[in-house]
Amino acid sequence: MLDQIASLGRVGLDRLAGVGRAGGVIWQSLVAKPTPVVMFPLLLKQIYFIGVLSLVIIIVSGLFIGMVIGLQGYTILVGYGSEQAVGQMVALTLVRELAPVVTALLFAGRAGSALTAEIGLMKATEQLSSLEMIGVDPLRRIVAPRLWAGFISMPILAIIFAMVGILGGALVSVEWLGIYEGSFWANMQNSVDFSEDVLNGVIKAVVFGIVVTWIAVFQGYDCVPTSEGISQATTRTVVYSSLAVLALDFILTALMFGDL
Amino acid sequence: MRMRWIEIMVGFFMVLGILALLGLALNVSGLKLATKADNYKVQARFENIGGLTARAKVTLSGVQIGEVESIHIDRKRLMALVTLKINSDVDYLSIDSSAKILTAGLLGEQYIGISVGFEEQNLKDGGLINDTQSAMVLEELIGKFLFNKVSS
Repeated sequence: MLDQIASLGRVGLDRLAGVGRAGGVIWQSLVAKPTPVVMFPLLLKQIYFIGVLSLVIIIVSGLFIGMVIGLQGYTILVGYGSEQAVGQMVALTLVRELAPVVTALLFAGRAGSALTAEIGLMKATEQLSSLEMIGVDPLRRIVAPRLWAGFISMPILAIIFAMVGILGGALVSVEWLGIYEGSFWANMQNSVDFSEDVLNGVIKAVVFGIVVTWIAVFQGYDCVPTSEGISQATTRTVVYSSLAVLALDFILTALMFGDL
Repeated sequence: MRMRWIEIMVGFFMVLGILALLGLALNVSGLKLATKADNYKVQARFENIGGLTARAKVTLSGVQIGEVESIHIDRKRLMALVTLKINSDVDYLSIDSSAKILTAGLLGEQYIGISVGFEEQNLKDGGLINDTQSAMVLEELIGKFLFNKVSS
């Protein structure tokens, strides 16, 4: 009985210590002593790996999601004779919810898992401790550029996702299903507000970017340095960041749009 | 060479992001870059504004000529006092113009329709529209209808 309570306590303490270490990683790599000049080429390289190389998956999935919403919206709304409202439906769902959330989920799978595996392998092959040996702080050299690259890339990817998705919706509903183009865009412009909808969507994307990148980098940095540990850490990155994104999305939506 | 390629691609990525944000701002949310500062304000009192909100359209013959700036209660008369922002190139509304609260479609949003009167003088900044017609409220309409049925 006491043993079970003790093991429960141990699990709790471990989790708490993990949160503390994650905070330590982000504090020491970003806040404690920023070195922007040295970091810039490293940052550029990471933005290339994290952001630019994710463009294809983001654009393709954005296009298809927009097209599907356009098609579904049309088949539902045509029953009420108000198929012109497809524009506002596509734009609002994408800008408010789908663009930040789906981009964050794809980002966790595409870039987050790669970050974890990369840093985890560096740790397993003792590259991180070698860096420390020659007097380079791995948190600043390895972790910080990746964190910043994730923070910067994620909102840009989400914005591109939203725009491509809306274009995909327009392609389906205007070009193929024959909704009048003027009412499609005019309805959209009437119902979408820049600060209310677009900026709140971007804020969501920023928050998700921070959370996903932070989880990915920390899981890599904190993994057990074996091949099994790396594989577990990679899985944890995807699971934790997906759950965190979905839960945070509800909280942010309630704060921004709901009157809870 | 490889570094240069990375720089070019990252720059391209940034430009793409900015373009997409501009597209969202201008094309999707209909944000106007040059906010029209040149407009004048006219007030109108209504018995009942129904579901009219700030930023609702103000139209003349169905063409938008401005928007509702704010809605208050006139404390003396206990009526709704609506302030309209009218584009200053629309300077031909006569002082006996009338304002109605209309509904777009059966369930659409409410907006203000203005009909021009016959006076020579035109409305100026701070003017007041006297001839107004309230919003159609479905419950009142049904109430009147039932009352007429009973009394006749």
